[in-house]
Amino acid sequence: MTCGCLGRIPQDWCCRHERARGFQPRAFIGRSAVKRAFTVIPYIWLLALFLVPFLIVLKISFSDIAIAIPPYTPTLELSEGWQGVRNFFGGLDFENFVFLTSDDLYWKAYLSSLQIAVVSTLITLAVGLPIAYAMARARDDWRPALLMLVILPFWTSFLIRVYAWMGILSNEGLLNQFLIWSGFITEPLVILNTNVAVYIGIVYTYLPFMILPIYASLERMDPSYVEAAEDLGCSRLSAFWIVTLPLARPGVIAGCFLVFIPAVGEFVIPSLLGGSSTLMIGKVLWEEFFSNRDWPVASAVAIILLLILVIPIILFQRQEVASRETEG
Amino acid sequence: MRRFSGFNIVSLTLGIAFLYIPMVVLVVYSFNASRLVTVWAGFSTKWYGELLQNEAFLDAAWVTVKVGVFSSTLATVLGTMAAYALIRRGRFAGRTLFSGMIYAPLVMPEVITGLSLLLLFIAIGLDRGVLTIVLAHTTFSMCYVSVVVSSRLVSFDKSLEEAALDLGCTPFQAFRLVTLPIVAPAVMAGWLLAFTLSLDDLVIASFTAGPSATTLPIKVYSSVRLGVSPEINALSTIFIGLVTIGVLIASVVTKRSIAMRTADERVAGG
Amino acid sequence: MNEPFAPWTDETATPLIRIEQVTKRFGDFTAIDDLSIDIFPREFFALLGPSGCGKTTLMRMLAGFETPSAGRVTIDGQDMGGVAPNRRPVNMMFQSYALFPHLTVWDNVGFGLKREGMAKDKLAACVDEMLKLTQLDALARRKPHQLSGGQRQRVALARSLAKAPKLLLLDEPLGALDKKLRQETQFELMDIQERTGTTFVIVTHDQEEAMTVASRVAVMNHGKLVQVDPPDQIYEQPNSVYVADFIGDVNLIPGRATQVGDMAELAWAEGQGTLLGQPGGGVKADTAASFAIRPEKIAIGREMPEARNRVQGKIIDIGYLGNLSTYHVKLPEGPVMTCEVGNRSRLSRRELTWEDDVWLSWSDTAGLVLPT
Repeated sequence: MTCGCLGRIPQDWCCRHERARGFQPRAFIGRSAVKRAFTVIPYIWLLALFLVPFLIVLKISFSDIAIAIPPYTPTLELSEGWQGVRNFFGGLDFENFVFLTSDDLYWKAYLSSLQIAVVSTLITLAVGLPIAYAMARARDDWRPALLMLVILPFWTSFLIRVYAWMGILSNEGLLNQFLIWSGFITEPLVILNTNVAVYIGIVYTYLPFMILPIYASLERMDPSYVEAAEDLGCSRLSAFWIVTLPLARPGVIAGCFLVFIPAVGEFVIPSLLGGSSTLMIGKVLWEEFFSNRDWPVASAVAIILLLILVIPIILFQRQEVASRETEG
Repeated sequence: MRRFSGFNIVSLTLGIAFLYIPMVVLVVYSFNASRLVTVWAGFSTKWYGELLQNEAFLDAAWVTVKVGVFSSTLATVLGTMAAYALIRRGRFAGRTLFSGMIYAPLVMPEVITGLSLLLLFIAIGLDRGVLTIVLAHTTFSMCYVSVVVSSRLVSFDKSLEEAALDLGCTPFQAFRLVTLPIVAPAVMAGWLLAFTLSLDDLVIASFTAGPSATTLPIKVYSSVRLGVSPEINALSTIFIGLVTIGVLIASVVTKRSIAMRTADERVAGG
Repeated sequence: MNEPFAPWTDETATPLIRIEQVTKRFGDFTAIDDLSIDIFPREFFALLGPSGCGKTTLMRMLAGFETPSAGRVTIDGQDMGGVAPNRRPVNMMFQSYALFPHLTVWDNVGFGLKREGMAKDKLAACVDEMLKLTQLDALARRKPHQLSGGQRQRVALARSLAKAPKLLLLDEPLGALDKKLRQETQFELMDIQERTGTTFVIVTHDQEEAMTVASRVAVMNHGKLVQVDPPDQIYEQPNSVYVADFIGDVNLIPGRATQVGDMAELAWAEGQGTLLGQPGGGVKADTAASFAIRPEKIAIGREMPEARNRVQGKIIDIGYLGNLSTYHVKLPEGPVMTCEVGNRSRLSRRELTWEDDVWLSWSDTAGLVLPT
């Protein structure tokens, strides 16, 4: 052929070597420049739109409400120089946090949020575990379809899924119609606008978050473990308790965190399905901000909520890192 | 062979029923002729007609799609970069803060994210509107993108990039010609996830949207707060339909490519 | 007669690669420790050692993926300090092959030439010839996942050779292949190396592979070169117990060197005669030393032999391997010796059996006395 790489290798090889010799050593700049750019750009973005806003919330939580724009005081007046900075810091105090402890609405809201989140996490686990187990035990050719059935609701709108329950749980809703028709009850049950509806809503919308990690850890599990346990004398139930469940623990823990953490700060579900007596901190924050327009108190509420969630968030990340390391 | 007991069948059936009955109800009642959602008064598509006449909904839908496309595209670019930096760059100054900022928004309560971004926009005097929603959505969805992409990058053979450098690529060419095409499915999945999150978001949009821009979830929320309405049922049905079609197409495509791959590998092995 | 290929013995030869006092540290760990070596054009140079000995790090430094902490690497007279991998006249064949999964075989092989900006028709001709060279022409349109392991290995080789590098680095190139295929491929590699005249540096932990393909073998340990020599010298004249033990099987009898001159003597047990062998590795008289003797160089028999080097022991184990038999013989005051006897006739009389007292013997030049 024209190139002669093969037939006339020696000569051609040499001439191509000559060409290769003409390479130019250039300063070694390129290699990490891309990686640096790829770090710096998202880094700056997150600093500006995640960390800085958060610091602003922190700062405003120490400020006082004012009838002004923006509706809080003090504001940092750099034009006044050093005096402005001193005035600014002098105007900050813990008043809002003191206020939060003095009004029992707030701490009750925190406690009730935690309680609702814990209870609904446990219910979600009870509902999700058998489903995940059944999926992992299903026939190989069924599993992708089952997985899709569980993931599909996750892609549809959260708001729509919460909304769907409004029509079912209302006094003249489908559930009550069904129960009256079947003769279980004569008077409609009041479910919508109660905490029960909030539980149902949380369990329903967060169920895929529970099923998927548990399924993932069960699916990876070698079925011969259970067979070995049964061979060694376990009943199927005790094999599940002694072998399957401990091995699925990372999935169970991940699922619980994935339900618990967002449930504490949930706003949409209590606001649509809960009643006036449903106290959840996300709703309180929303109302403090949009209805009362008390930005400093809303910020203080946010700071405390975050402090409450810091521990579970850190635990969750530790767990994730640990399970990733054992995988690798 | 895995055994499958009656218990498993029951829990699967109940579980799937639990997940789907509310949505089925929604879809069925969107075709109800009566405005009273609880009384079946015959089949009708009139709520779809009314929905399509409703300018406010259509405007909101347009804003939502715009925000979704812009924010998810931006989030995909930034999230992919961040994933690459996290997985490939080893240690660098501020890495802990960086990975913390990537993972924290995933679990941060939306009310806090929304509040903090709003306070930022006010502090810098940025008028609230489409731009602020795009910025807000980009910020939290880029973190999801980066998680999706980095899980693909972790299993990515690093020597592929080294081979590209070895064969004369500059680092950026290696990224464009080798890394990106290989992680493309994950990047696509990240985009879709970001788009869905943006489409779905109520809380953060409520904080960061000004009076000039209303997204569909804000509109839906304000109308359903007053109670169930058949137009919303119709809207939900359209949305559920679109998502179902999308997920079905995606699963068929992946199924076919997996089938082709296994067939290929059988040929190669023989 | 052909002059044997041995540029390293030629004072006037210019090396292609000079590695001068190179050290590489990763944190506290020293992967390469003040290492110097010259590698000459057209050599097939093998870096051999256990995992973690620094051989891969050394190779990655030549490719440009690691930078030395100290010292200098020059290739063809040019200092490689600060030269990026994509600007070096070096190509590498990766252990995982690193074939781009989204590109066909053809595009994989043409990848490097395309980056060079070679004209389209010339590139096509070059790729086609590379594919012919590696017998891949029929598979050009396939993707990597449609290939078997051996085919993938050939694509990786073709891709790394396509740019006609001055130096080709091969990182465990045959590690992923099964034994039979590996042996065939070794000869293919040597053939291609000869035909293209490229300098090859291969990293391997498989001593047989290194011995088969290489013109010189460098045995590494703890980031240092222990011995650099052609395969026969590495095997027959190891300079240390480490090399003797690492390459092939060896019997080591510990003792003391009593006399070192042209030959060396080793006292190994009370009341036994000394063993005579060649001195190696700079062994000094009156120091701790070991006698190294390969199993196939030992004769075994019931009768006391005439040889100077002889020891008596009891057979404790016999292994029948088909082409040869292995005897494990316990010396009363020393180690268990292994000796190999070829099974030349089909029906051996099997005269030796367990618990037999036997004599082992070898010639004066068969063994080495090495410092311990």
